[in-house]
Amino acid sequence: MKIIVCIKQVPDTKGGVQFNPDGTLNRGAMLAIMNPDDKAGLEAALRLKDQYGAEVTVITMGLPKAKDVLVEAMAMGADKSILVTDRMLGGADTWATSTTLAGAIRNLEYDLIITGRQAIDGDTAQVGPQISEHLHIPVISYTQKLEIDGDYVIAQRQYEDRYHIVKAKMPCLITALAELNEPRYMTPGGIFAAYDAEITEFNRQHLIDVDDADLGLKGSPTKIAKASDKVRKGAGEQVNLDPEASVGYILEKLKEKHVI
Amino acid sequence: MNLNEYKGVYVYVQQVDNKIDGVALELLGKAKDLAKDLNTDVTAVLLGSDVRGLTKKLAQYGADKVILVDDPALKDYRTEPYTHGLSSVINAFKPDIVLVGATAIGRDLGPLVSARVKTGLTADCTQLDIGDFPLKAMEGKEQKHNQLLMTRPAFGGNTIATIACPDNRPQMATVRPGVMQKIDKIADAQAEIIEFNPGFEENAQYIEILEVVKCISDTVDIMDANILVSGGRGVGGPENFYILEELAEAVGGEVSCSRAVVDAGWKPKDLQVGQTGKTVRPNVYFAVGISGAIQHVAGMEEADIIIAINKDETAPIFDVADYGIVGDYSKILPMLTKNLKSYAAMEA
Repeated sequence: MKIIVCIKQVPDTKGGVQFNPDGTLNRGAMLAIMNPDDKAGLEAALRLKDQYGAEVTVITMGLPKAKDVLVEAMAMGADKSILVTDRMLGGADTWATSTTLAGAIRNLEYDLIITGRQAIDGDTAQVGPQISEHLHIPVISYTQKLEIDGDYVIAQRQYEDRYHIVKAKMPCLITALAELNEPRYMTPGGIFAAYDAEITEFNRQHLIDVDDADLGLKGSPTKIAKASDKVRKGAGEQVNLDPEASVGYILEKLKEKHVI
Repeated sequence: MNLNEYKGVYVYVQQVDNKIDGVALELLGKAKDLAKDLNTDVTAVLLGSDVRGLTKKLAQYGADKVILVDDPALKDYRTEPYTHGLSSVINAFKPDIVLVGATAIGRDLGPLVSARVKTGLTADCTQLDIGDFPLKAMEGKEQKHNQLLMTRPAFGGNTIATIACPDNRPQMATVRPGVMQKIDKIADAQAEIIEFNPGFEENAQYIEILEVVKCISDTVDIMDANILVSGGRGVGGPENFYILEELAEAVGGEVSCSRAVVDAGWKPKDLQVGQTGKTVRPNVYFAVGISGAIQHVAGMEEADIIIAINKDETAPIFDVADYGIVGDYSKILPMLTKNLKSYAAMEA
């Protein structure tokens, strides 16, 4: 079985969120990590590899420094890695990103494509499903459990108040929830091997069935009109009263705001 | 693509088990505002099996027209027949704007449809306006009017961006539940019903549902709660959460918690607020014994009113709280609960 896992390098908003004195986000001070949902997707692929002997290829689109997450994925146990990078891919929205990744994936053989549900920087959850559409294969979004049965994937597809147990014929794409599993750590041997492992680089000319007009900023239907680091709400009132007076204070505020 | 052919504000009406999801009514309310600015009307797009009975309600909540796609293939939500249905409606009727709820269904259907009809999609919007793009006229660049400006948070709520889709139609957005307001029900409202069926033939993109497993919901979704009483490590132990539960019951709210509480095994992960839990925006958020780590704050700072109770007057939660009370929750909360109960009894 051949599995492709799409991963993304994202700034770590967990634990490492740094702010400037004016309350805006200090991106330069934040670490770059493998997106958590993608890591769960990679772990799912590696477990299938352990179980069935799959070949796992990781692919990422980004600047050359995104190689770091490919090295990490190799150290965890991925077999091959591909960096899709080209100046003309910059500024891509989800539509252009999914078009690019689909164009890259058309070079490869696969039974299963796994993406994370969403990345912690954009939070859109769009790229995975859109890749499946460009490749005309079925998609199972929000996968919380995954099994293989012959040529089929059996998965639990999560919804708010239920889940569906669904069956899809491979090749297909699933988007993984972080709940799917607990990703493994890199092994020291894996880390050494990963640094020596070859990373294949794809550029514009490697993308199959893709128009220039559909790539990068130019190929993105959505355009940013305005972006700003959110100015956080400042502190309100603080009181230090005895319990009874504290209760009175809370009741007064709840009335003032028409909550009660 | 001739952009001028695309007219009207459309709302995808999510229904599950033939019940309309609340977010669809909220979107109809917002669609009415947008349609007024654009001097156009509101169309609800209802997909399902045997769902004709739901059209009246859509009229009552603001739909001028309802496009009804009723087919047995649409019984339970599946990505492919629904994508085909909504994409076919878009291709046939050419809407200017399509709004979809940012639910576990909408966040699957939206991306698929946008890829199929080749347009942009802005996810999880919290604000929608009609305006110009670019916002300010720029020399040498055409400024387009009457564009949908879609505002959304990113970076776990640390940044906000306003996005337009100036050259493709429809302009598509998913919108978070609970953000927009539905209109007051107009009991005798009528909508024009347009039946449409593009035909549903199984193809390679179809999947099969083997089983539908409904989760027994004794755990309510904290994202739906108007009032949350949220506990942190400072609550002291699982045995003390009854104090929070009693307050929640008295105010018609729910109990949630911080990551520390989940990590300690005091409460299940469904109830966790924050970066790795849920993002909530209730009317009132009581932060009880929660220190207010940035990851927690990212999940609750959109609450309208934040009331923090903590023994430590330097706790960071006080930096985001509207009302901070330095004190012992175990003394304050029971008294507050009692007072609220007697107040409610008086009002009744």
